Amino acid sequence: MSVPLTLLGLLEREPSHGYDLKRDYDAYFGRDKPLPFGQVYATLGRLARDGKVVAGEAEPGAGPDRKRYVITEAGATEFETWLADPVTPEPHLQTVLFAKVVLALMLGRRAEKYLDTQRAAHLQRMRELTELKRNGALVDALLADHGLFHLEADLRWIDMTAARLGALAQEVGRPVTEARPEDHDD
Amino acid sequence: MTEHTAAVTAAGHSPAPGAADGLIEARDVARSFGLTRALRGASVSVAAGEILAVMGPSGSGKSTLLHCLSGILAPDSGEIWFDGRRIDAMGEARRSALRRDHFGFVFQFGQLVPELTAEENIALPLLLAGSRRAAALQRARPWFGRLGLDGLEQRRSGELSGGQAQRVALARGLVADPRVLFADEPTGSLDSVAGELVMNLLTEAVRDQGTTLVLVTHEPRVAAYADREVIVRDGKVNTLTAGRVGS
Repeated sequence: MSVPLTLLGLLEREPSHGYDLKRDYDAYFGRDKPLPFGQVYATLGRLARDGKVVAGEAEPGAGPDRKRYVITEAGATEFETWLADPVTPEPHLQTVLFAKVVLALMLGRRAEKYLDTQRAAHLQRMRELTELKRNGALVDALLADHGLFHLEADLRWIDMTAARLGALAQEVGRPVTEARPEDHDD
Repeated sequence: MTEHTAAVTAAGHSPAPGAADGLIEARDVARSFGLTRALRGASVSVAAGEILAVMGPSGSGKSTLLHCLSGILAPDSGEIWFDGRRIDAMGEARRSALRRDHFGFVFQFGQLVPELTAEENIALPLLLAGSRRAAALQRARPWFGRLGLDGLEQRRSGELSGGQAQRVALARGLVADPRVLFADEPTGSLDSVAGELVMNLLTEAVRDQGTTLVLVTHEPRVAAYADREVIVRDGKVNTLTAGRVGS
């Protein structure tokens, strides 16, 4: 999540104070990681330095910074460009789990156990996200769905890999039939 | 037994009648179809009020396990217990009565009776159990509001969308207030949005009624509605455990 671009997007909606930007950022994009005030103002300072926003005069009121920020033409252009660009699909060709499976097979371990453990962890997280969907607002449901579909994709990969472990073991190392005894796994 | 491979085979696992620790249990169940061994020592226990997802690849034996647990199929060997009663040893007539009185069913394609209205389909288990028509229909009616089906009471299955038909099937499975509901791929024929609605309604309804749910599915998103999941693999039941391998 790009904080500067997200703040630009919020400013494209309407000129805002730093406090309002933080509140909206946290509500929509910072569920797991709220934005510290310091980072909000540091980011706005850099955006102002680069000519993407301008700060109005300080307004009377409580708080350290009562300036209203307005997006500039350059800022709006940058935001529009970012919005229009598709996100790079991440190929995930070298995931940690892939490495674990291959190494386990190379070492003659029963990789199925690692996959089962991962499957349980994924399903546990999917239960949590499903609960979030059931009790949350539509925004929560959309966020949870994004996570659920990605976790489901991982699980499909886990299922496919589990079904191919025998062949994979022959390709990367010792066959499963020569695997070490159980006591090395437990 | 390791924590991952709980193919809980039967040796030493045969508690006395009535000593069951789950409401419904399979103990070391084997079932073949000709030369195909669908179940090879499957054991699983489902607690009262629990929602259990039974997962597994196609052909792993998960539907056969559901059919054995629900008394539709008799296992070749092993035991099936329900509420302290060993149902695999019962004759077909007693098993049939048990299914009618205590179990509900939801299948992948709804399997509504096409000649009946939605209202009559929901009331069907009550009518089969001997309820009078007026009383059965009266008990069926609240389900329309509960499942978002208001106004569809007189529709026949051909006049319902897939999601609506499956919600009617859901109500039919629950109308008699069963102790256990068996659902075999209940969202398998639905798109994601309709499937999600069915799962929300299904899990809310069973939790409200305190019904135990045995949910067969190959979809992780559906299994995520359950309290716990097991995987049927090569005819045995594996219990998944979170945490470190070997911890």
